[in-house]
Amino acid sequence: MWRRILALILKEFRAIWKDPRSRYIVIVPPLIQAVLFAQAATFEVTRVALGVWNEDRALAATELLSRFDGSPAFRLAGSFDNPAEVAEAVSAERVKAVLHIGQTFSADVLAGRPAKVQLLLDGRRSNTALIVQNYAAEIVARYDLERLQSTGLAGQVSMETRAWFNPNYDSKWFILPGLTVLLTAIATLLITALSVARERELGTFEQLLVTPLRPLEIAVGKTVPALAIGFVEANAIAALAVWFYGVPFLGNILLFHLGIAVFVLSTIGVGLVISSIAKTQQQAILGVFMFNVPAIILSGFATPIANMPQWCQWITFIDPIRYMLVLTRGVFLEDLPWPLALDQLWPMALIGVLTLSFSTWLFARKLQ
Amino acid sequence: MTRGRFSRSRVSGLLRKEFLQIMRDPSSIVIALVMPVVLLFLNGYGISLDAKNVAFGIVDESRTVESAGFYQAYASSPYFKPTLYLDAPEAEEALMRGDIDGYAVLRGDFSRRLSGTGPAPAIQVIVNGVDANNARIVGGYAQGAAVVWALGRLSERASLPAGLVSLESRYWFNPEIRSTDFIVPGLIALIMTLIGALLTALVVAREWERGTMEALMVSPASMWEILLSKLLANFVLGLGGLALAVAVGVFVFHVPFRGSLPVLVLISSVFLVVALGMGLLISSAARNQFVAAQAAFIATYMPAMILSGLIFDIDSMPRWLQWVTHLIPARYFVSSLQTLFLAGTVWPILLPCLAALSGFAVFFLGAALLRTRRSLE
Repeated sequence: MWRRILALILKEFRAIWKDPRSRYIVIVPPLIQAVLFAQAATFEVTRVALGVWNEDRALAATELLSRFDGSPAFRLAGSFDNPAEVAEAVSAERVKAVLHIGQTFSADVLAGRPAKVQLLLDGRRSNTALIVQNYAAEIVARYDLERLQSTGLAGQVSMETRAWFNPNYDSKWFILPGLTVLLTAIATLLITALSVARERELGTFEQLLVTPLRPLEIAVGKTVPALAIGFVEANAIAALAVWFYGVPFLGNILLFHLGIAVFVLSTIGVGLVISSIAKTQQQAILGVFMFNVPAIILSGFATPIANMPQWCQWITFIDPIRYMLVLTRGVFLEDLPWPLALDQLWPMALIGVLTLSFSTWLFARKLQ
Repeated sequence: MTRGRFSRSRVSGLLRKEFLQIMRDPSSIVIALVMPVVLLFLNGYGISLDAKNVAFGIVDESRTVESAGFYQAYASSPYFKPTLYLDAPEAEEALMRGDIDGYAVLRGDFSRRLSGTGPAPAIQVIVNGVDANNARIVGGYAQGAAVVWALGRLSERASLPAGLVSLESRYWFNPEIRSTDFIVPGLIALIMTLIGALLTALVVAREWERGTMEALMVSPASMWEILLSKLLANFVLGLGGLALAVAVGVFVFHVPFRGSLPVLVLISSVFLVVALGMGLLISSAARNQFVAAQAAFIATYMPAMILSGLIFDIDSMPRWLQWVTHLIPARYFVSSLQTLFLAGTVWPILLPCLAALSGFAVFFLGAALLRTRRSLE
């Protein structure tokens, strides 16, 4: 029996490996992407182009402006004298926000009347706009607070923020472990989904079925190559993250590999289910995309799951990528302890067992 | 009719063949008309950058009126859903489990120090940095809430109006600052990138795999005519998918559309040619469906998601990477769609995008033609 399975495994490897393009596509682009995307995926907003429309030349306004100028979040990128100029600059995206200080601002501040400054933001990029608004609101509030404090009303309160596991808020530390999971998932899922579909399309699947191989053996033979490729892919990107980008790897490397094994088994399971339903390669590819694209978006790879509507959060429970992301980020950054790792491992294992047995059942049914 | 010259009857014959093929195998129709709607639905709800009700811990070791006031300031902020902890290890454990994204520690001497005995109180905030982007936002919100709290206390004691100097923010083009309004137009661009590439990449790769491409090539039709007819047939399909996606955006997600419809059709058409051209190039380079599918995903979808400005701001990327983003066609389409939907027909933005997209269209079509022709020999 083992010799039969081994022969099938070798055959599967050859099917992928004989084509230089297939070899290339599973190895090179993921690495290039890991290098490029790690730099791109940041929500840090620095040196935002801020326009100023200042109608008040007195001291208070100048002081407030200098606080904006001194902040690393902003750079002054133009001053305007009328609403038409402001409108034109914002809609042509020459500035992201415009600070408007009205004529009576300094006078109001001196007289102790409530004083307002206005911030106009380009809402086309609402994410950036929100972050920019936050920075600006803090600058203004701090200005106000320190002004009040300087009148000797109260002692100061200091607030010190520390980010655990990632003291410098380096997004690369967040995105690279994520990419490790993502690119592994994409490759292994497609390989398994297509391996059966291709045989079906070429008619060789029937030949496979009339060999002495049992359905379980066929499933094992289709599983092992993808598993091996998953290990290579995950390790390659993890190595790149650690050695090229200096992402820490604090956790247990055995736990990481156990995680890959369980995770890849679950993606293989999904891939086999897709391929046992699909009649052609094209349908299998469609199935993979229909699974992959939402699975990536809903995994928490780019945006937190907690921000999604409740029903979306429920869907994420059947997404294996979700669990592997938590596990991988944990193993990289925080030396995830085994009990917490188990919380992520068992759902993936469950998804794997369910999908693998379902696909084996589908194969068995085809046999009769 | 001589070979190589453009012949209308040959192209219309080829077109008829393409359409028959599409009708016979429903997968092209699924790609073009079902996928955009399904993907837009899931992604439109799934990508949300509005961090509201962040699970946040307040460790209150001082248990006084002042510390209760601090907790209240967080409870009344729309950004936080605070939980009270009595000691730091308890909050730390919750953070490790992922129950909270961060916590603030008020030491036992918080009130005493606040009332002026001893040095000013220091509030320590710990955020879970594993999601660095989220941590930054949560940390910023926590600072903001604390400043608001301090201001409130000060103005209470001095009987001054709260927040004497205040910032009033107005969001142009998106007054309610719904992230859906900006995500959905970008998503349409992202999804159409994938659909366009898949349509041609898969279909043509299959013809290569099955050997029917060679059969077409030995027919009197020229390479140019073959590719043109494939392009046209899938163009019609793709435009249908795009129209559906725009309709879902406007009628289901209620994103306003302020631009001009003809301009939308124009830019979308040019973009669709780019996406289909990319697919043609991929398919003639790939020759089998596995490689074509993997390439379509990795060369079009992933860059369009991360480098187009859809989620991550291009201006915040390192300078060299900003240059790289200019090579991603989706970048121009994301920008055009966001402007057309939310701002209107702003030519200073749309014209450069249109020019860049036209350049890409010529490039990809030309490359696909050359590549396919060369592979004949």
